[in-house]
Amino acid sequence: MSLSIRVIPCLDVDAGRVVKGVNFLDLRDAGDPVALAARYNAEGADELIFLDITASSSDRSTMYDVVSRTAESVFIPLTVGGGVRAVDDFDRLLRAGADKVSLNTAALNDPDLLRDAAERFGSQCVVLSIDARRCPEGVFTESGFEVTTHGGRRSTGIDAVKWAIEGTALGAGEILLNSMDADGTKEGYDLALIEMVRREVTVPIIASGGAGKLDDFVPAVVAGADAVLAASVFHFGQLRIDEVKQTLANADFPVR
Amino acid sequence: MNAPSVVLLDYGSGNLRSAHRALEQVGADVSVTADLDAALEADGLLVPGVGAYDACMKGIRSVRGDMMVDRRLAGGRPVMGICVGLQVMFDQGVEHGIETEGLGEWPGVVEQLEAPVLPHMGWNTVRVAPGSTLFEGVVGERFYFVHSYAVRNWEFEARDKNQKVPRVSWSHHGEDFVAAVENGPLVATQFHPEKSGDAGLHLLENWVKSLR
Repeated sequence: MSLSIRVIPCLDVDAGRVVKGVNFLDLRDAGDPVALAARYNAEGADELIFLDITASSSDRSTMYDVVSRTAESVFIPLTVGGGVRAVDDFDRLLRAGADKVSLNTAALNDPDLLRDAAERFGSQCVVLSIDARRCPEGVFTESGFEVTTHGGRRSTGIDAVKWAIEGTALGAGEILLNSMDADGTKEGYDLALIEMVRREVTVPIIASGGAGKLDDFVPAVVAGADAVLAASVFHFGQLRIDEVKQTLANADFPVR
Repeated sequence: MNAPSVVLLDYGSGNLRSAHRALEQVGADVSVTADLDAALEADGLLVPGVGAYDACMKGIRSVRGDMMVDRRLAGGRPVMGICVGLQVMFDQGVEHGIETEGLGEWPGVVEQLEAPVLPHMGWNTVRVAPGSTLFEGVVGERFYFVHSYAVRNWEFEARDKNQKVPRVSWSHHGEDFVAAVENGPLVATQFHPEKSGDAGLHLLENWVKSLR
């Protein structure tokens, strides 16, 4: 008996609406994040992640409304990320009903933000989201992986594994590890990346990027992931959460 | 019959919305407040808590939560603690070498778990105490935990007025730790029932029903 492997659907939200298409025929409004959250909750999701990809700052406040409406009816943990710039944003999201808040670019720009948030709210609600890729030509890091920004388009030259170590030392209580190489390929998670980060940090790791089929999940857990995240394969109904859990259970990993 | 009234103690600790809504969902009439009279008069007082032990104790004392808990328990009136709200019921918390005095309702020290991965974050099983009423109908379910500190030893066997010793339920992450305690009017869970889906709602409903 032990902690179960978490299976987490991730929803991209733009100005209060889910984007990147969600294909549930029986949902009256598949663009409504609250309806989808309820749907995934009913299907056995262990946690939910909302990623705010709203470009215009004037539309950002809609996210607070989405979070609070979700927390009204869905009683599983909710992580919110995207566009979080300051400890005050953190505070507002937690008050709206988020349980954890993920930091990405803002933490790169100001690593102390991780420490400030952890001191004020506790490490358990501070998630460091890392968009990592194998170093392209001309970029060198010790691990061979670098941190990117702008959805994987911009190089930082920062070692992704070292950033994970530094970020957790500052106070992050969980790592959301996105492989920008694997993202969208549906050819499986980047196992080498997961293994390297697992060797260096003791906080939970959520593997993200690359899930395409049932066989992709067990290797990510074997590599050291505590949770597995997927987006489009769930949204388009290619895989169901219960199937993923059954696959993990068949490999003797505990699931809820 | 009126719905049981519950005061959700608002002392500045984290996300209260989920607990508020979850309690309403299972039939409680909920007030989120730090008002002393309201907290003493309610059928149940729920003490939440996330983050650092030290910060939670400061917050609780700043609203006289220590007095609320003591006075309620002196009259046999129900109190429930969740997460750090369980931890503060013990004598002491030790985090990063800082020792903080708790409410001292139970003997014991809250210390960091020894486990390869911390925080202990996710859904875990509970070895439910025989005779538990809090877990009635949800024995065998998983509940959502998120914490790095816990109570590893239970050393209080005094009987309540019904001649019952405290019912202690355990969980395991690296080592055994206290997952829930039922001790007369005082109950507490290390996990978050308000974040534990249907099983968590059922457990909260068990508590709310017991308030009448």
